[in-house]
Amino acid sequence: MKEEQDYIQDLAEIRSMMERSSKFLSLSGMAGIMAGIYALTGAYIAYIVFNFNPDGISYSSFDSSSLSAIIFLAISVLVLALGTAIILSWKKALKRSERAWNSTSKRMIATMAIPLAAGGIFILILLSKGLIGLIAPSTLLFYGLALYNASKFTFDDLKLLGLIQMGLGLTSAWFVEYGLLLWALGFGMVHIIYGIYMHLKYER
Amino acid sequence: MKVSIDDLHKAFESRVRLGIMSALAVNEGLDFTSLKDFLDVTDGNLATHIKKLEKESFIEVEKSFIDNKPNTTYYMTQEGKKAFEEHLNVLEEIIKSQKKKSN
Repeated sequence: MKEEQDYIQDLAEIRSMMERSSKFLSLSGMAGIMAGIYALTGAYIAYIVFNFNPDGISYSSFDSSSLSAIIFLAISVLVLALGTAIILSWKKALKRSERAWNSTSKRMIATMAIPLAAGGIFILILLSKGLIGLIAPSTLLFYGLALYNASKFTFDDLKLLGLIQMGLGLTSAWFVEYGLLLWALGFGMVHIIYGIYMHLKYER
Repeated sequence: MKVSIDDLHKAFESRVRLGIMSALAVNEGLDFTSLKDFLDVTDGNLATHIKKLEKESFIEVEKSFIDNKPNTTYYMTQEGKKAFEEHLNVLEEIIKSQKKKSN
């Protein structure tokens, strides 16, 4: 016959299985910190080297020859941040003897991918119409929507991060002249603060 | 409510079966590989436990093909959901009543 301890253990395992099978909990906080650092570096280079700081929606005073360099810079930041997130989460999953590529991580990525893909296409449209000033606000807004969506399949804390990014996106759409600054705040500072918070809360 | 150990369903005696039911309770459906990853058991072991739960009609199976490869998805039945919830209630009651005794 089972003892009381066994029943308590049964309940604990039921709870852990419900959480493990519905949420991807190997998302790395450290990756957030790194993404923030890449974003700050990228924004700094864009501002200092390319003198990029849209002051209006169409940003006419901008030398369009360096636009492709800015786009290349932005994509580099994105690839670096994503790569770091994948590697660090994969390592964290290994440590927790979990598979990084399982049904929960697939669902989390799928829920993120749809708003991000819509955002990506929207940004290409803005680019082709020369509405450079709205690009930074759009990245924040769609990224926030993606995070808010994905929080259902990972840490709940992601919901607040998503709301903050959306708020910053809307703010920077209103104050276009602060677009780059607010972008650096959202993708840079907020990521770093969030990453430190997650690291201290779940990874120690 | 008076409960006793006898109220616990025999199907849930095994941790693996309890694990399968817990995972299916929070997911709409899961395939064999996902269940195997979550539970960390061998193919044969998992198949045996799944068969037992199927016999009780607590879970149902849907076979399909994805890219010409057979894929089996498992779902919890209404009956299974009910039995699982009852099992949780009984577990709670047992723990509660034993705590009272020890106080």
